[in-house]
Amino acid sequence: MSQPDPHSFISALPFARALGMRLEAISAGEARISMDWDARFVGDPATGVIHGGAVSALMDTCGGAAVMSYPGATTTATIDLRIDYMRASTPGQRITARAVCYHVTRNVAFVRATAHDDDSENPVATASGAFTFDHVKKVSK
Amino acid sequence: MKHPEPVQQVKYRRDTALQTLVGAIPYAQFIGIRFERHGDELTAVLPFDESLIGNPILPALHGGVIASFLEVAAIVELSWAMLWKELESGRLSAESMAQNMPRLPKTIDFTIDFLRTGLPRDAYARARVNRSGRRYASVHVEAWQDNRTRLFAQATGHFLMPPAAENPSGKA
Repeated sequence: MSQPDPHSFISALPFARALGMRLEAISAGEARISMDWDARFVGDPATGVIHGGAVSALMDTCGGAAVMSYPGATTTATIDLRIDYMRASTPGQRITARAVCYHVTRNVAFVRATAHDDDSENPVATASGAFTFDHVKKVSK
Repeated sequence: MKHPEPVQQVKYRRDTALQTLVGAIPYAQFIGIRFERHGDELTAVLPFDESLIGNPILPALHGGVIASFLEVAAIVELSWAMLWKELESGRLSAESMAQNMPRLPKTIDFTIDFLRTGLPRDAYARARVNRSGRRYASVHVEAWQDNRTRLFAQATGHFLMPPAAENPSGKA
């Protein structure tokens, strides 16, 4: 399998499409993905704040994209993901996640991610996770 | 001697309250999560849908769907446990809940273990409140598909409880 196209990686995921995720930037081991505020994603109508689960989905997708963009990666799956919710995101504002795959071993990729709304100085949430890591097989002719 | 409450009345009160609680979470509707109730025990059900796929090649449920399902299950269980006493004592009614929804707990952190691939079929989850204090709560969730003992995901989360003044118990 050749190095996957990160753009098709996002659009090929039905649930990422359902949440309206957009790939903003991608480079070796780093990804930025955004998600617009939507009334259907709200967790508590009293506040209009996006449900933590939708933020988790964004963080997970962004973490996966960061792993996939790591040189030599083929496929990945999340092993575990921890999300810390720093503050409520502001209703109506887009949420952007940035993930960095900061270390890989033969089988595991380690990822850190943050998410913010219009106030990029104060993260809405941070995450850290471990993902499975599969290398491109070296083909000898 | 006081007569026991008619069973239909008990079921109606509990089911209406549960529907009101779950119905108040738009994101739970968006994913299609519903809850089954036996006494006070809840089981979250996530019927399979094509839009929940993350890996179309396998195919497998999106990790974000699994995380969302478990977090919704945890919040609803915690809220349900919080409301149950109020509901059963008659201090809170499903009707008053619908008009003035009690504030929900807020997630502080949530850690998900993805144990197995989420298969393209229905999933179930049950949450257990391990500790619930005045301010903080710790909840564990287990999720499975075909076999109750073969979990495909589990999670632990910490939650900030709504202030007592905003609880229904704070009102006369």
